[in-house]
Amino acid sequence: MNKSKTSLPSRFGDWFAARKWIVRPHQLAVLAAIESGDNALLIAPTGGGKTLAGFLPSLIALADDPHPRLHTLYISPLKALATDIARNLEVPIAEIGLPIRVETRTGDTPANRRARQRIAPPHILLTTPESLALLLYSPDAAAYFADLRLIVIDEIHALAGTKRGDQLALCLARLHRLAPQALRIGLSATIAYPEAIRAWLSPDGQGVATRLVLGEAGAPPEIGLLIAPGRMPWSGHMGLMAAEAILHRIRATRMTIVFVNTRAQAELIFEALWRHNEETLPIALHHGSLDVNQRRKVEAAMAAGKLRAVVATSSLDLGIDWAAVDQVIQVAAPKGVSRLMQRLGRANHRMDEPSRALLVPANRFEVLECAAAIAGVAEGDLDGDPPRGGGLDVLAQHVLGCACAAPFHPDDLFAEIRAASPYADLTRQDFDDVQHFVENGSYVLAVYERYRKLFRDSEGMVHVRNARVVRQLRMNVGTIVEAPLLKVRLGGQRGFGGATLGEIEEYFAAMLTPGDTFLFAGRRLRFLGIRETSVLVAEGGIGEPKIPAYAGGQMRMSTHLANRVRAMLHARDQWEHFPEPVREWLALQALRSDLPGPDDLLVETFPRGGRWYLVAYCFEGRQAHQALGMLLTRRLERFGDQPIGYVATDYVLGVWCAREPANIPRLFEEDMLGDDLEAWMAESSMLKRSFRNVAVIAGLIERMHPGGEHSRRHVTVNTDLIYDVLRKHDPNHVLLRATRADAAHGLVDLAHIAGMLARVRGRVRHRRLDRVSPLAIPVLLDIGRERVQGGNAEEALLAETAALVAEAMGTETLA
Amino acid sequence: MHAAPIHRAAERFMLDPAGVVFWPRRRTLIVADLHLEKASSQAGRGQLLPPYDSRTTLDRLALLVRHYAAERVIALGDSFHDRHGAARLAPEDAARVARMEMGQTFIWIMGNHDPSDAALSELREGEVIFRHQAGEVAAGGIEFSGHFHPKARIATRAAAIARPCFVVDQHRVLLPSFGAYTGGLDVASPPLRALFPRGGQVFLLGRDRLYAFPLTHAAHAA
Repeated sequence: MNKSKTSLPSRFGDWFAARKWIVRPHQLAVLAAIESGDNALLIAPTGGGKTLAGFLPSLIALADDPHPRLHTLYISPLKALATDIARNLEVPIAEIGLPIRVETRTGDTPANRRARQRIAPPHILLTTPESLALLLYSPDAAAYFADLRLIVIDEIHALAGTKRGDQLALCLARLHRLAPQALRIGLSATIAYPEAIRAWLSPDGQGVATRLVLGEAGAPPEIGLLIAPGRMPWSGHMGLMAAEAILHRIRATRMTIVFVNTRAQAELIFEALWRHNEETLPIALHHGSLDVNQRRKVEAAMAAGKLRAVVATSSLDLGIDWAAVDQVIQVAAPKGVSRLMQRLGRANHRMDEPSRALLVPANRFEVLECAAAIAGVAEGDLDGDPPRGGGLDVLAQHVLGCACAAPFHPDDLFAEIRAASPYADLTRQDFDDVQHFVENGSYVLAVYERYRKLFRDSEGMVHVRNARVVRQLRMNVGTIVEAPLLKVRLGGQRGFGGATLGEIEEYFAAMLTPGDTFLFAGRRLRFLGIRETSVLVAEGGIGEPKIPAYAGGQMRMSTHLANRVRAMLHARDQWEHFPEPVREWLALQALRSDLPGPDDLLVETFPRGGRWYLVAYCFEGRQAHQALGMLLTRRLERFGDQPIGYVATDYVLGVWCAREPANIPRLFEEDMLGDDLEAWMAESSMLKRSFRNVAVIAGLIERMHPGGEHSRRHVTVNTDLIYDVLRKHDPNHVLLRATRADAAHGLVDLAHIAGMLARVRGRVRHRRLDRVSPLAIPVLLDIGRERVQGGNAEEALLAETAALVAEAMGTETLA
Repeated sequence: MHAAPIHRAAERFMLDPAGVVFWPRRRTLIVADLHLEKASSQAGRGQLLPPYDSRTTLDRLALLVRHYAAERVIALGDSFHDRHGAARLAPEDAARVARMEMGQTFIWIMGNHDPSDAALSELREGEVIFRHQAGEVAAGGIEFSGHFHPKARIATRAAAIARPCFVVDQHRVLLPSFGAYTGGLDVASPPLRALFPRGGQVFLLGRDRLYAFPLTHAAHAA
């Protein structure tokens, strides 16, 4: 097949010419793949006409044959992206004069439009994985999708490898059965594992008939470090001291996005910028917890060129073409190379011009991390994990969904599911267990015969039991599980009718006392109280504000980046790029102790304030260090070193003991990963949170629908309690297996610990110092600042607090 | 396990971190809100929760009965999650109840979830009153009740920690719920605060001890 033969039909060629555009080779290559009946995965930089490449085959086919039917399905991870693409598609459709109808369908689509779309579908339907699942899980799905020709999956890297991606892969497998003629186009700017994604996209899950199309590389980005004048902080992750320097850079350009890592940080940076913003430059705030209307306003102002800067979290990461952005400023370490590249892409939507970006490290270690990330971008060294096996919880939802659409035979459904790449290795046993779970809970104690959700007929077909089961499924479709949220509303006269500012987690709201001040939506708010499902607030709080924290807000550093940081530490020729205080700091470390080597483990011990400290420079990320900290303290306890506590950062682990730890190499031997670990993992709050998500996705417990009558009528059950009971009586239950699989994939980072222990065997370098080393200062400053989770830590905190209160009150107990 | 003693109405009672009270002089174990068969009750509404809650609860109770060598158990109501709960009890679990009833005297106080004919509405022994839901207590008396499933949230230097708890003043002891799947009501909520107009103390359940705080310390964010 000769690619050069493919060319645009003349109407399309004329339109390109009129816009002074030249059709790009990758756009033609995608067209060629589709015309010869193949699927295509397109990886091209932002600004390379990627979206148009995805839609050209549809537009060309529909130009010739516009008879009404659902021809193309477009799936994006964001509702806003679907809306944006719809708007952008209208341009060629209007200018070429094509008789093509494009519509979006998301959770925000009004019911009457959704109903009309069912009867008279548009040619091109733009939707999200969740809305697609809902369409597929209804009885008329087969007819609805029968004529489908093309499926476009945008930002495919943001879906593949996640639970949303698992569900989408299952839905694609289903679509393949309903419309085997439909071809798939995957779009992405950054993919670390193109071959794995190609397999993911293909109809057999192995890569059959799926071409990889690479766009030309764009101009290399220009990235610099922005170091605030003054002392370089030892610790902290907010980067507030750089506010003035950031403002200076905002002033020097037309439009800037200031990216931060968490919503809490967004609020703080936004406030810090405005504190210095004497000329009142229009600077706005954008994050996922703000009210939708508020976000839409900011987006519109950006598009209209009315803003000079937006402080944003990942809410602006993905490819929405808001406006011409001239520079990106990333405050605090970017945590990963792929992530940074994605954000850089926001700075310029013309691929032949470089994106301009500045990284603002918040502390000394982050200087190293930022430098490592810049080097990683220059080398195109993408990070991220290869897609993992599909979740059994997602499968449970899908099996019930399929039953709601039409009766199925288990053998057929099993074969269909195995064609989805995340489930290519699914065993029949796991499939049967999942199906039994959906059917009757699949418990060892079989008492739920009369509450079955599925039944089998004499031909072995599986049917859904009744309409209530269908209703329950439709209320609970999707794999995004959020902590219970409360709306934040400005209190009116009688506490009603105020504007909604956004949502905060119930957990945070419960910690507030009337009169407390907190930062939200860029305002200082005074907490008045909680009414129903709303947090009532008034403007103008006084005193030290609290900042809403969100579960899962913490981001972990990628392994790639950690390895680069470690390599930089002992490559002195790279230090010249670092600011003076950091160079001095490292030089002093070399003098007083030693520098961590590329493939060894540096461990320091030193006395301080009557305790002995042990600091291990592992560079495996905070999660791994937390697990390692637990293992080490148990072991130190057995050795009689009397450990008191530990603290984990992304870079190092610090442990403190009442006695001097002896025999350091023995401490880090591989047999550390024994029974202790199992026991700790099972008790850890990470696993419990993971179980909660699994339980919701699999349909064991219902989602909370805030404000809905639903939530008040139904009794909610604490999933921690269910977890404990299930673990005791049915330890091999399919939901516990799903939970453990989740934990093994990234929650606990066991592989990292095991890999490190094996790597450093016989290479533990112990430095016994008489005082704290320069490199250890940041971790010592973090002591007492980190969140402590679950188990013994909670007990210790309660004991400490109870003793404190008793002392203050002057009573032991009430006699 | 370290139980905390309290002295009321010239009697000594032990508050146990497992969420029960032991009355040594009468060799009596007091327990509230077992909510047996809650899972099967939910299953009837389409939530197929793991059906092991009854046996978990009963096994924990049996352990405490043995530990204290109790001769009598007073269950302060809502022993079953709904009025048909007893009929749904699995045969093995019914046998667990029968075994305990053979070894100890069981007094079932009636709760709002229980069928009205099955149990006592309240029990008085001298100055000591047992009921499901807290009521009037005469001066010098002491009342043990359940119903509210009290829990308290304590702010510590690192995080706020919520646990089930006892709530205690001179006249009342509110017990935490004992059932395996039972949730809780914050002691800061109005119905609970109204019961303790002059303050009191909360005892949070810990792994092997109780953590004591003034009620006001836990009572914020109304």
